[in-house]
Amino acid sequence: MSKIIIIYGHYGCGKTNLSLNLAIDLALKGEKVTIADMDVVNPYFRSGDYKDLLAKYGIDIVASDFSHTNLDLPSIPATMYSIFVREGTVIIDVGGDDAGAYALGRFSSKIKEAGYEAYYVVNGKRTLTTTPEEAVEILREIESASSLPATGVINNTHLQNFTTSEIIKEGYEFAKKTAELLSLPLVATTYPKEYVNENKLEAVGRLVPVEVLVKPPF
Amino acid sequence: MSERFLMKGNEALAEAAIRAGCKHFFGYPITPQTELAAYMSKRMPKIGGTYLQAESELAAANMVLGASAAGVRAMTSSSSPGISLKTEAISYMAGSDVPALIINVQRGGPGLGGIQPSQADYWQATKATGHGDFQILVFAPATVQEMVDLVSDAFDMADKYRMPAMILADGMLGQMMEPVEFKDEGEKVLPERPWAASGHQNKRKHNVVNSLYLTPQALESLVVERFERYEKIKATEQRASEYLTEDADIILVAFGASARVAHSAVDMARAQGIKAGLIRPITLWPFPTDCLKKAAKTAKGFLSVEMNMGQMVDDVKLAIDCSRPVEFFGRTGGVIPTPNEILEKIIKFGGEL
Repeated sequence: MSKIIIIYGHYGCGKTNLSLNLAIDLALKGEKVTIADMDVVNPYFRSGDYKDLLAKYGIDIVASDFSHTNLDLPSIPATMYSIFVREGTVIIDVGGDDAGAYALGRFSSKIKEAGYEAYYVVNGKRTLTTTPEEAVEILREIESASSLPATGVINNTHLQNFTTSEIIKEGYEFAKKTAELLSLPLVATTYPKEYVNENKLEAVGRLVPVEVLVKPPF
Repeated sequence: MSERFLMKGNEALAEAAIRAGCKHFFGYPITPQTELAAYMSKRMPKIGGTYLQAESELAAANMVLGASAAGVRAMTSSSSPGISLKTEAISYMAGSDVPALIINVQRGGPGLGGIQPSQADYWQATKATGHGDFQILVFAPATVQEMVDLVSDAFDMADKYRMPAMILADGMLGQMMEPVEFKDEGEKVLPERPWAASGHQNKRKHNVVNSLYLTPQALESLVVERFERYEKIKATEQRASEYLTEDADIILVAFGASARVAHSAVDMARAQGIKAGLIRPITLWPFPTDCLKKAAKTAKGFLSVEMNMGQMVDDVKLAIDCSRPVEFFGRTGGVIPTPNEILEKIIKFGGEL
């Protein structure tokens, strides 16, 4: 039986980048990992676009047969059902907002039966989720679409190459407040290791360095 | 100080339009511009504006013509195949001297093509966005921040010259996310439109907004007058940005997303001791001929880098009166060139100069 980790979030909060980083971390620790790309909304920048990178780490991917093609089809492959019988950890990269979470709702009863963890990824520098209240509203919409309540919050606040230790700290306060309003634990704060020096960061709970993998090709 | 936030290009275009005083959006869904319309559908009702999903692209564009003729700032957006459908209305807008903003988040073509990023609508945007003798203003942003800045300028210039303006973006710029900053300028004061069919209240002669002329002489004189206006625009409104062009032997010419790739390629070439530079047209019409002419005095050759089959090459050649060799490198069909591919071409072309 697999362990299922669901990654939720607003469009562009960094779900896919976080899913890829998490998968690589676990794979490097010797775990068997699968990424399930359930994003049926975005035309570009989906985890299904990173097959070659994931293959290097021996990570399996279950993704639409049409991702990164010219077909604009919101389809989920039949092999998605394999997530329930796989060994190791399955990370489900969900599409943004409630529109993306509807596709996951299709599997909600089976996921509940199998047991799961669901992390709500927040970025306080992302437009339309810049206050804890806005972030709470979006998770409520996601949960009502997926029928799978979140179990924790991950602070992924960043501003790409403009990210500073102050922005991480500010994001931590924002995420802490969001988690409080949701009565959920804030499980981690990420920081882009390319732009921020860990030693300069104040105490913001559990810190996880992430590499920027999802980016335009220039 | 205003704060920076992360926005997708499509969202930034929408927010910038609202801040530029546009309260009337008419659209029809198509990938990869969908977030633009989706953002408008969420925001317009909150600010007392109009978001209307029309029954077709042509209908949406005609609604822009109607709204703009009635005196309000209006816009539409689409991606390549959708823009083709709007061209009839764009020609009518140009023929009626009506300002408007049209956004094209380009994808692969021709036909239905594909949903991946492309710049294959350069010819359409700069030469013929519809039938008849006319031009439209065409802006080509290369960053999400520049999308924000150009939307406001495009609206203002469309009003100033009473003609349609286009933001020619592409799927990559529309979908990618970058930090943006909106200058806090308060409520935008829009220019007066004394020509608009907005109700005369018995206080003035009624205005007519129309593109039909009953005698060929009347139509000819209006078209000629319009082309005199175009000459003024060509003389005063050209925009381009230059990067390391001063001592460059080989100058890349690229706009939009391909300019981002070309910029990286120039850096790589410089690291190898090749004197490369970049001219990035920001206005595609008017084309920045002055900047290219000046560069041709010192550069040995030009390399046009595009996400199409070389649609800008002739404009570069004309701008420099064919005084230097002009080569082309590009990918098409939704493929983005890599900095390495461009570097290879720079090395090969540089060796021939």
